[in-house]
Amino acid sequence: MTPLDVLLSLGWYFASVSLLAIGGASSVLPDMHRFLVDTNGWMSNEQFAALYAISQAAPGPNVLFVALFGWHVAGVVGACVTMLAISAPSAIAAVAFEIFAGRNPQARWPGLLRRGLAPLTIGLLISTGVILARGVDHSIIALGFTAVALLLTLLTRVSPLWLIVAGAVLGVVLKL
Amino acid sequence: MGLSGFGGVMPFVRRAIVERNRWMDDREFAELFSIAQVLPGPNVVNISLMLGYRYAGVRGSICAFSGLVLVPMLLILVIASIYARYSDLAFVRHMLQGMMAVSAGLVLATGIRMALAQPRTVRAAIMGGGALLAIGILRLPLVSVMAVMIPTGIALEAWAMRRAARTPLGVAVPPTAVRQEAAAADIEPQTEDGTVPDAMRPPKDSA
Repeated sequence: MTPLDVLLSLGWYFASVSLLAIGGASSVLPDMHRFLVDTNGWMSNEQFAALYAISQAAPGPNVLFVALFGWHVAGVVGACVTMLAISAPSAIAAVAFEIFAGRNPQARWPGLLRRGLAPLTIGLLISTGVILARGVDHSIIALGFTAVALLLTLLTRVSPLWLIVAGAVLGVVLKL
Repeated sequence: MGLSGFGGVMPFVRRAIVERNRWMDDREFAELFSIAQVLPGPNVVNISLMLGYRYAGVRGSICAFSGLVLVPMLLILVIASIYARYSDLAFVRHMLQGMMAVSAGLVLATGIRMALAQPRTVRAAIMGGGALLAIGILRLPLVSVMAVMIPTGIALEAWAMRRAARTPLGVAVPPTAVRQEAAAADIEPQTEDGTVPDAMRPPKDSA
């Protein structure tokens, strides 16, 4: 593959999943893993999970992990290509919606779509969690980190950011 | 705004749009939010685009998008370069392993919490479980899975609505009833000069 082929392939792939990212970009993360790690071998399992973790810890919209994947594969140009590709198709859909239907709050179909698609979105989100956990939880301690973060998030109102900071500190202390 | 949101910027967006600049009220924002969730793509990006378009056309959309995405993107690339440079150091690796293990737990928790908030129906369990099996376990390509599951999900929901109403779609709740309900919700206690006393406002998210 020449560098241009790589960029085209990245752009085409992220543009095609853009319109499938119902409920946010995280729901297509499992497919990105399939494309980037399994199909093309552009990064390892650990690198994939590491880039995602960096994007969670940094400020800004969650979707920026897409830019990090592009950056890892093809540098700054790659980051710009993937961000544009993931944003443009859905952006056009959003603006078109705003032009044609944005001012009709009585419409029934948004509710129908939302209820019909919510279970799918949730299934995809849990898939994302499963794939991330598989990438990192090679030891009992790491599995414990995941389990504790899961339980604390479900049972308390502690901010995700503090959990990630705690994970970073304990990771160094316990030599994870 | 782009720079202020750790782990998602939505709460900051709401505060800035609704409370600080009064571009829209809470109800309009909730509508926009539910539409942004139905539309594909990153939610917060969709909101910024629609709002930008509403106030300043295509140029507004482009400005809103750049402000929200470009600056944080530069920052995150700097962070990632630093990571790439020092990724050989043991402590950087340990730190990141810890963060990765935690973020896997966070994603799982978000999914489980959303699942618990859903109405418990057989069709939702089948669709959600099917998506988890196909994507999370069997690792099938998303495009083909969604080509089957999106129409199925919508059709099942439409069928269920129809059956629940036992009337043709769209007649289940007379529109007038909805409007009356909305109108009733609109009435807020007011003082003589027409302002809503603070104590009587609905509680807002404390930030």
